Amino acid sequence: MDWKQLWEILSAPDNVPIIAMIPLLAFYIYLAWKQASANDVLIAQLETNPSLAKTHHRKAWPFQPGWAKEVHVWPFLLRVEFLAAIIVTIILMVWSITLNAPLEEPANPNLTMNPAKAPWYFLGLQEMLVYFDPWIAGVVMPTLIIFGLMVIPYIDTNPLGAGYYTWKQRKFAIGTFLFGFIILWVSMIFIGTFIRGPGWQWFWPGQTWDHNRLIYEVNRDLPDIFGITSNLGKGIFGAVVVGGFFAIGGMFVHAFFRRHNAKDFKRMSLLQYSIMMTFFLTMLGLPIKMLLRLLFHIKYVWITPWFNV
Amino acid sequence: MPEEKTPNGKNGKSAGLVERLKAGVKEDLESLKTDLPAKAKEQVEILKKPTKTLVYTSIFRHKHDDTPRNRALGVLSNVFLHLHPAKINRDAVRYSYTWGMGGITFYLFIVLTLTGVLLQAFRDVLYLEHDVPFGKLLRNMHRWAAHLMVIAVELHMFRVFLTGSYKKPREFNWNVGVILLVLTLLLSFTGYLLPDDQLGFWAVTVGTNMARATPLLGHEGPFGAQLGMTPYNDVRFGLLGGSIVDANALLRSYIWHCIGIPIIASIFMILHFWRVRKDGGISGPAPVVLDSEVKEAKK
Repeated sequence: MDWKQLWEILSAPDNVPIIAMIPLLAFYIYLAWKQASANDVLIAQLETNPSLAKTHHRKAWPFQPGWAKEVHVWPFLLRVEFLAAIIVTIILMVWSITLNAPLEEPANPNLTMNPAKAPWYFLGLQEMLVYFDPWIAGVVMPTLIIFGLMVIPYIDTNPLGAGYYTWKQRKFAIGTFLFGFIILWVSMIFIGTFIRGPGWQWFWPGQTWDHNRLIYEVNRDLPDIFGITSNLGKGIFGAVVVGGFFAIGGMFVHAFFRRHNAKDFKRMSLLQYSIMMTFFLTMLGLPIKMLLRLLFHIKYVWITPWFNV
Repeated sequence: MPEEKTPNGKNGKSAGLVERLKAGVKEDLESLKTDLPAKAKEQVEILKKPTKTLVYTSIFRHKHDDTPRNRALGVLSNVFLHLHPAKINRDAVRYSYTWGMGGITFYLFIVLTLTGVLLQAFRDVLYLEHDVPFGKLLRNMHRWAAHLMVIAVELHMFRVFLTGSYKKPREFNWNVGVILLVLTLLLSFTGYLLPDDQLGFWAVTVGTNMARATPLLGHEGPFGAQLGMTPYNDVRFGLLGGSIVDANALLRSYIWHCIGIPIIASIFMILHFWRVRKDGGISGPAPVVLDSEVKEAKK
């Protein structure tokens, strides 16, 4: 265990916000979960008791007849905003007094930093460079993330859970978002920050960063394993495998979705359903490709003269 | 001659003038003795109530005694507060619902603008850090507020998703929010290069190298070469203003960071906040809806 190495990474000033994100995320997930489960209990109670459903104020928070339903923004909201501003300012002040922003040697194109890391919020994309060619990791994926986020309101046809926390009414939507945000975004940032060392090699926390380490791993392409040598054969094989993933994976997701989200399936148009499927399967494809590489040393699945996947 | 018609004659006229002058001065002195003290007394009374003065009432248009009307006017007649409604859902002020992340993001944007404008006044980071009073604090605050803003934006989006706040009628505003998220990341990324140190240089090199691989538009991307892309005319060249990260890239970063993106982001923020109000204020906390109550739309 190389504590010095570990401390060097953890205490790098630009890594502090990432470390701060752990308790922050944990706290807010807890806060959301607490409210969601309280609402879910209430929903279950009201579903079984129609007469209560007619009279209940329908929030997990207390409410009594005679209480005002609305309060004045001045002072009840503004004081909260004012307090928040003060607290953020204090945090920023303390942080800025105790920790200096990093400033390295002047830029020198002749002296490559190793590892050369992007800003922390892009490390998930940089990590993807291990598994995908730059045009996918650097261009296609950010585009897909942006468009994927943008289509959410237009493909989520579930009218429930608008304006309150719930898990039981929106399992699929929330599960998918958590998978994307926590697994594909935040945990990739963690790997990029704390695991990746010189040469972008895998170093466990506490392992010394050996700048001379060489890893003799032979990466193969999937067509090679099947003994396909011709370019045409590789192209067709890859298209079949990738197409097969979307077709067979799509069938599995379809079988699951129409059973467990029958109402949503009925509500969705063909366009909405295909967009949802495409993004969902692409998201699922990421960890599959990562595991293929990490466990089986498979580099490319689909090889063509113009691009490789 | 007209003068002779006057009763005092030619000499008497000037004598009358002197008398009138004397009387007038006497009157003025009397007035100084009586009117001025009265006015001074009056003035003291007015100054005891500064909120009644002409200047004050010209700035603040309504009274401030604690009445519901004045509470509402305090928000509605104030340009900085008027984005708020006068009244809101009693549960909407609970911190546990909104987490305050949208507001905190906006506050951090203001902090970043103020510290950023001050930072722009210095051409040399070392000079700023070592010789300018509070220079180091200024740079630290700008850096940490930037990191914090990225975190706050992501948490804001997380909360909006978890509360289903992007659902009808707020679909479009979610999209504006996605654009603001991208702009926040771009603001932070363009700022990374500006100290012109090894950290920023290589981070930006890694980041912009990916642009080489843009399909169709990058010289190393799929079909790029076939479309005539070279290192000197592709999308990366356009981003950097050259084929390598050097002075031109620094200048482009600087302009995008200090002027270009802040203006675009401000426009989208105006749109975002305005739509929050137009779409019915913040989404909740809304009463829960039961599955059995959903009316299916006819197709």
